[in-house]
Amino acid sequence: MRAGSADGSGMAALTLSCRLAAHPDSRCWFVAWSPSGALLASCGGDRSVRVWGRQGENWVCQAVLGEGHQRTVRKVAWSLCGSYLASASFDATTCIWKKTPDGFECVTTLEGHENEVKSVAWSPSGSLLATCSRDKSVWIWEVDEEDEYECVSVLNSHTQDVKHVVWHPSQELLASASYDDTVKLYREEEDDWVCFTTLEGHESTVWGLAFDGAGRRLASCSDDRTVRIWSSDEQGEPGVACSSTEPSWKCICTLSGYHTRTIYDVAWCRLTGAVATACGDDAIRVFEEEPLAEPQHPTFALTAHMSRAHAQDVNCVAWNPAEPGLLASCSDDGEVAFWRYQRPECC
Amino acid sequence: MVGPGLGPALENANPLVFRRSGERPVTAREEDDDLPDAIDDREIFDLIRSINDPEHPLTLEELNVVEQVRVKVNDAESTVAVEFTPTIPHCSMATLIGLSIKVKLIRSLPERFKVDVHITPGTHISEHAVNKQLADKERVAAALENSHLLEVVNQCLSARS
Repeated sequence: MRAGSADGSGMAALTLSCRLAAHPDSRCWFVAWSPSGALLASCGGDRSVRVWGRQGENWVCQAVLGEGHQRTVRKVAWSLCGSYLASASFDATTCIWKKTPDGFECVTTLEGHENEVKSVAWSPSGSLLATCSRDKSVWIWEVDEEDEYECVSVLNSHTQDVKHVVWHPSQELLASASYDDTVKLYREEEDDWVCFTTLEGHESTVWGLAFDGAGRRLASCSDDRTVRIWSSDEQGEPGVACSSTEPSWKCICTLSGYHTRTIYDVAWCRLTGAVATACGDDAIRVFEEEPLAEPQHPTFALTAHMSRAHAQDVNCVAWNPAEPGLLASCSDDGEVAFWRYQRPECC
Repeated sequence: MVGPGLGPALENANPLVFRRSGERPVTAREEDDDLPDAIDDREIFDLIRSINDPEHPLTLEELNVVEQVRVKVNDAESTVAVEFTPTIPHCSMATLIGLSIKVKLIRSLPERFKVDVHITPGTHISEHAVNKQLADKERVAAALENSHLLEVVNQCLSARS
């Protein structure tokens, strides 16, 4: 299967390499690669987390984490060392799983949110964990050497259901996306976590967020069927004086007109810079920045469009962190698919 | 998503009651087993017209909450769009009624269908908020894991004896 192109020339290709019935008779909500790229964790409406490993050209289930949650597992995240997996559930808890020689063991259950936990993410240092919930809050947890978790901050800046949290790739800077149509950024100031900016522009729920490899840009995707690229002016444009030390973020590009339904996820490849989207129209699309555009006024071109990538809504896309062009996706049809993306020859 | 508990007083005590439509006529094409039958507006309407109102012993069709002209199906594109009209502009049952329509269609139709349920424009004070909730599949999924709410939806969907 190859993605078609508008003009057929210089177009990249997305090729299916493997498809798994990962969560049969259920939704598969999210997939996450381990930091080495050797394992993929998936989660879904069957209340389980599954861990997949490569066997030749195929991917096989290595572990089923079935006993931790009473309701849907919405998202999963690996710690940066790869030894821990966190799972966020509609049962209002987050479980921490430790990888052992025999499989995975639930070592802690984080409680406190009033209702469904929608997302979880580990900070780049590995010492902080963020969770967010339909209760409109974002919680930051500190992990000590004894694997004890303590909530160090409850952030109530959003006015609605918080859908997603993601950390900056190198700094202790957190971003969250919400049903209130905004993105918020947080950092620690004088021993307390604060929301230091709100990114406004989306016209409906913001579902997903992804930083680029350098952390200077953030992509957001929304129910308004657009992807927005936000940029920090921290790196300092030549000749432009920064009036304050506060890095300000502004929207420098909007990808509109490409998606026909809600965009549920966006993934920005840290190896190649390619941006993939997961859409409610069953398609996966890949965009690349045009090489000749100015960095502060970038343009992105659609380089692959796989219509009917899945039989139902695509919920998540994730680039492998070690193997350039290897993309995993999952869908309401319960399946996980693995794709190979080849960059356009012109790039 | 909604508080399904019913208050002592009905919000709309004396609703207008509309006539039910007759049986769907069977066309010659449908009687020919060799031809594929696309799902049409009337078939979708038949699936939802006998859904019970949460507070009256009447169907959504009898209250004119659903009408065949407000159903749009495109079988080739696998899309179904239904507009429903709350009996009063401040009806607190609007989300529950929309959820019942959505659940009925999701359960009845092939999985390829994208089901969109909206309030008829201009007929409810919280139209935007209700439409946004009904379109959020994550919140719909969470609501349907709530056993109490699921029971209320199933009551609306159960055939009256």
